[in-house]
Amino acid sequence: MSTTASIVSPAPLPASSVPGRFGKYGGRYVPETLMAALLELDAAYAEAQADAAFHAELDGLLKEYVGRPTPLYFAKRLTETLGGAKIYLKREDLLHTGAHKINNALGQALLARRMGKQRIIAETGAGQHGVATATVCALFGMECVVYMGEEDMRRQELNVFRMRLLGAEVRGVASGSATLKDAINEAMRDWVTNVRTTFYILGSALGSHPYPTMVRDFHRVISKESKRQILEHEGRLPDAIVACVGGGSNAIGAFYEYIPDANVALIGVEAGGRGTGLGEHAARFQKIGGGIPGVLQGTYSYVLQDEAGQVATTHSVSAGLDYASVGPEHAMLHDSGRATYTSATDAEALDAVRVLSRTEGIIPALESAHAVAEAIKLAPKMGKDKILMVNVSGRGDKDIGIMTREMDLTGK
Amino acid sequence: MIEFKKKPGLVIYLTAGDPDLATTLDMALAAIDNGADVIELGVPFSDPLADGPVIQRASERALAKGTKLTDVLVICKQLRAARPQTGIILFSYLNPVVRFGMEKFAHAAKDAGADGVLLTDMIVEEAAEYLKVMHEVGLAPVFLAAPTSPDERLKAIAENSQGFVYAISRLGTTGTRTELEADAEAVVRRLKQFTTLPIALGFGVSTPEHVKTVGGFADAAVVGSAIVGLVEKTDAADAAKAVGEFVKSLKGAEIGA
Ligand SMILES: Cc1ncc(COP(=O)(O)O)c(C=O)c1O
Repeated sequence: MSTTASIVSPAPLPASSVPGRFGKYGGRYVPETLMAALLELDAAYAEAQADAAFHAELDGLLKEYVGRPTPLYFAKRLTETLGGAKIYLKREDLLHTGAHKINNALGQALLARRMGKQRIIAETGAGQHGVATATVCALFGMECVVYMGEEDMRRQELNVFRMRLLGAEVRGVASGSATLKDAINEAMRDWVTNVRTTFYILGSALGSHPYPTMVRDFHRVISKESKRQILEHEGRLPDAIVACVGGGSNAIGAFYEYIPDANVALIGVEAGGRGTGLGEHAARFQKIGGGIPGVLQGTYSYVLQDEAGQVATTHSVSAGLDYASVGPEHAMLHDSGRATYTSATDAEALDAVRVLSRTEGIIPALESAHAVAEAIKLAPKMGKDKILMVNVSGRGDKDIGIMTREMDLTGK
Repeated sequence: MIEFKKKPGLVIYLTAGDPDLATTLDMALAAIDNGADVIELGVPFSDPLADGPVIQRASERALAKGTKLTDVLVICKQLRAARPQTGIILFSYLNPVVRFGMEKFAHAAKDAGADGVLLTDMIVEEAAEYLKVMHEVGLAPVFLAAPTSPDERLKAIAENSQGFVYAISRLGTTGTRTELEADAEAVVRRLKQFTTLPIALGFGVSTPEHVKTVGGFADAAVVGSAIVGLVEKTDAADAAKAVGEFVKSLKGAEIGA
């Protein structure tokens, strides 16, 4: 990780190095009140990382409680239907609570326990991170408060009920567009107020150092497993890996172990929403009408914003991708060209839900459906000897309400 | 010029553009004429995560009126022309400044007559280039110091601030409070070990009594949400007068009551 120029080229002031940089992205841009907590977290995380007992407990729970490893499944009928590359699905949708989010929520909850913090806060967009956090808090007997935009509470009603059933308090956020960004603002306000007793379990590879690194590390298990599994199945690495990108946690987990493997194309799929104008999508890396580097919620990365530097509203049919910025490591991978980023529209994602449901009997989450949509475009252009891996980050149960409203199945 | 002639000094925060730019200017003038030593002109931001509900709502109103950083620079210039001696600080979240361009901003702020800059989400470790341009153009960088900041951070904050150091009185966001917390005095006392700069205490300072209490251990009080909340309740036409009277009462308790 280099510590070259940032927004304003940070040079080390009191400390000897500025950690948490991904090229020029990342860093720590927070109110001073949070700095002590971030430094404490950084130290505790480094200590836990070096502790075999921490890993043993995490790995044990991932296996026995969460259900890892997840299968890498050869999607035979989807492959035949598309008529190109062989498609493998990494089945994060089969995890306990229904999405990849629990890999990270569990890791951070163990860290919180280690640090003696009994009160947990989290933000959630689609509700999957909130459910995962509520779940691990129930498991460890910790107090749990989840902030969620009111718009998201409406469209992910089922997950709101699940969180409450699990004993969490769900606090609605009405400010801004009442979606993920606004929930993060409110969670950060809570953290600033209760920082001495509270651990903030951030749900994506976002925010200030050490979060982007820590969240990525907890999801790295996805690519660790998939690499071993694809070698077992095919005796070689895939030609491309596709994952949806909200904040970027499932994608960075699915990509990470392959970053040194230059022949494996890494493709992130953002929310194309209903148009390319500002406010109609959440495609931060879109060439025209996309984001430009800026600071939002503690980190320097691509941000959808207007000319005055005000953060833009976003739109996606999927609450989990509906966010104005993106994890800083993705910003670096984007600029270096190591990963490429594309988008799928609401309509393409909904269509992909139908295709995957009917070819494989797998109903993906609307977020994951964006990755499937890209596979549907890409696979036919690839030769039959090629291998395309799709990270199915979650299952679609939470989205049945939206799907009912958005999809017309009367004709077929 | 940042100077607190009579202790405790008074720093008044206004969200620029709420209810409108012309009224912001009038309120700033009224605040100065009734005893404010320093005006903080707040640049409204879409995601004010360090602010409580009062300043959040003010930011929303100002943004709904289309207030931009460039507009805030314009009223800064007008304020400077009208009151050559007063301290003026531009107060912003980072993103509008980054978008404008840090260097360009520093020059524009200097041209507009600002004395200093406070960036809410800029910490000392990340500030090297910011400090460089502040020094180049001759603007005072003001950093926040928090009750949670350990001594080595307070030292770095004090050493890198100019004009004054802004001590946060308590954990949490901006907003009015009925009581000042014990945290407040401790952070000021710890800061004093490292600097001879004036220390202004803010967050929650809302009443004449608070200002008086702050005067017992700090050099100045920063009053933000109490003013912004007053502006919210008052018709634009009466806002300057109301702010002037309130500022006068804030100063009054220090001498009188
Ligand atoms: C199933 C699923 N996939 C993807 C995401 C997007 O988040 P990220 O980009 O961090 O993986 C979410 C977020 O809520 C989700 O629930």
